[in-house]
Amino acid sequence: MKTIQSKYDVVVIGSGPAGLAAAIAAKKEGAEDVLVIDRDLEPGGILLQCIHNGFGLETFQQDLPGPSYAQRFIDEAVGLGVELLLDTMVLDITSQRKVTVSNRFMGIADIDARSIVLAMGCRERTRAQIRLPGFRPAGVFTAGTAQRWVNVEGYMPGSRFVILGSGDIGMIMARRLSLEGAKVERVLEIMPFLTGLTRNYVQCLNDYDIPLQLSHTVNRIIGKNRVEAIESVQVDERWNPIPGTSEIIPCDTLLLSVGLIPENELSKKAGVRIDPITGGPYVDDTFQTNVPGIFAAGNVVHVYDLVDWVTEAGLASGRSAARFATTVRNSEIRHIPLVAGENVRYVVPHELDKDNLANGEIRLQLRVKTPIEAPTRIEVSDGENLVTRKVEPYARPGEIITLTISPRAYDDVQRAGRLVVSAVKR
Amino acid sequence: METEVQRMICITCPKGCTLEILRDGDVIVDVKAGCKRGKDYAHAELTDPRRMIASSVVIEGALHPLLPVYTSAPFPKPRIHELMQTLRAAKVQAPVKMGDVVLEDVLGTGINIIASRDMTRI
Repeated sequence: MKTIQSKYDVVVIGSGPAGLAAAIAAKKEGAEDVLVIDRDLEPGGILLQCIHNGFGLETFQQDLPGPSYAQRFIDEAVGLGVELLLDTMVLDITSQRKVTVSNRFMGIADIDARSIVLAMGCRERTRAQIRLPGFRPAGVFTAGTAQRWVNVEGYMPGSRFVILGSGDIGMIMARRLSLEGAKVERVLEIMPFLTGLTRNYVQCLNDYDIPLQLSHTVNRIIGKNRVEAIESVQVDERWNPIPGTSEIIPCDTLLLSVGLIPENELSKKAGVRIDPITGGPYVDDTFQTNVPGIFAAGNVVHVYDLVDWVTEAGLASGRSAARFATTVRNSEIRHIPLVAGENVRYVVPHELDKDNLANGEIRLQLRVKTPIEAPTRIEVSDGENLVTRKVEPYARPGEIITLTISPRAYDDVQRAGRLVVSAVKR
Repeated sequence: METEVQRMICITCPKGCTLEILRDGDVIVDVKAGCKRGKDYAHAELTDPRRMIASSVVIEGALHPLLPVYTSAPFPKPRIHELMQTLRAAKVQAPVKMGDVVLEDVLGTGINIIASRDMTRI
C-alpha cells in the first residue's frame, strides 16, 4: 500500500482531463508534491468511456479516441511524479484547505493542501430535473450511464431506443447503439435547433438513418415494469405541447441527453461562491475562486464542448496553484518556532518570520518556571549555536523578562530551523 | 454546361463547415471549402466514403471486460456492418498497450484495429 503524506503542495480533486492537466502543470511550475484524488479505480475520468474518436484535434493535431487522449496525460503525470490516490471519495474541503478523504485502506483521513484545484467535472441532468410525466418503469437512463455500460462494462441497456436531447452525448450514443445492433427509433429535441455539433448530426444520425425531430419532446412514458413506448409531442416556441401532434413510439429504453451541470457540492462546503448562470465557481484569470488557494478548472467551472479547452484551463489552473503553494511553502520556511527551553515556561511570540529581522529588532517576552535569585543568562540558540543572550540580575516567574534579537543576528537566524530560549544561572 | 451546386457538411473537425461542391453530372468541377482537408473530404465522400470507427473488443484478464479500439485509418462506409461483426467475434488477452495492433489488415482493407489504451493484467 502506498503512503500518503499528510501535507501536499497541490491537491487536485478529480483525475479527468482538467485534473490531469492541472497536476502536470503544477509539477512543471515547481510544486514539490502533487496529489490527484479520484473516486474511480483508474485515472482518466469520463474520457475512458468516450471511446469514439475526435479528441485532441486542437492539442495534438491528431484524431484520438477518448481513452488515448486520457492516457497521454496519465503517462505524463505519472512520469513527472504526480501521486494518484484512487478509489477514494473526498468527503469535505475547508477554506483552510484541509481535504477529508475516505477509502478502504485509510479509513477517514485528513490531508492538508497548500493549494487545491477543483476538477470534479459535471453531472448529467436526470429525469427528475426535466420533470417527465408518466410511469416510472425501468429503462429510463441518462446517455452517459448507458455509455459507461456499453463501452466499459459491456452491458446493452436495451434493444429499441428513443433518445431525448440532441446534445453530443445523445447523438454519439445513437451511433454507438446502432453499431452494436440496437435500433434507435428517434432523437427528439425540444429546441428548434440542434444542440450538439453539426458534424455529429452527419456522422452519428444521418449515417445510420436515425430521424431527428426538432421542437419535439417526450410527453409521457408508457410501461409499468419496463418502458414499452413513449408518447412524443411537438411543442410551440414556449415549449407548450401542440394538440393533435402526439405520437406513440414503441421502444424499451429512453435515453436522456438533456444537459450537464457542474458538480460543486464540495466547492460549496469550502465556501466557494457559485455563479448561478454557469453553475460553477466564480473564478479570476488565474482560475482562483473567491477562497484564496482554491482554484477550479474544466467542466466544474462551466460545461465545455471540446476537451482541448478543458485541458487548457486545467494547465492554467495548475500553474496558478503551484505558484500559490510555493508562496505558502516559502512563508512556512521563513516562519520558525520559538521554543521554551531550560527553565522557561513560555515565549511570546510563538514563532517569527526570519525575514522580518531585516526590518528591525524582534522583541521576545518570556516567563521562567522557577525563581533564580542570582545573575541569570537568558540565551537564544538555534539548538546548538548561540544566537544572542543577555544577563538579568535575577529571574522570577512573576516578572516578565524581555529581550530582543537584533538585526545583527540576521545571518545566524536565517540558518536556524527553530530558536530555543533558556534561562540558566550564570 | 449544366452545373449544379451540392452542399455538404464537413465532418473532418468540430467546426462543421458547409462545403459547396460544383458538379457537372458525376464530375466534380470545384469544391469550395474552408481548408484543404475539407476539399479532400468532399472528394472522398463523393467517391469512396469512409469513417473512423471506434468500438470495443472483448478482453480477458483486465479490469474491464472490454478493450476500446479504433481503426488506424478511415474505414469504407459500406463495410462498417461487416467490420462490427468481425470486432464482435474478436477476443484479446491482457496485458495490452495503447497502440498495439489488435487485428491486422481487417477484412483485407489494409486497415489495422488499434488498442485505444493500456490494459494491464490483473
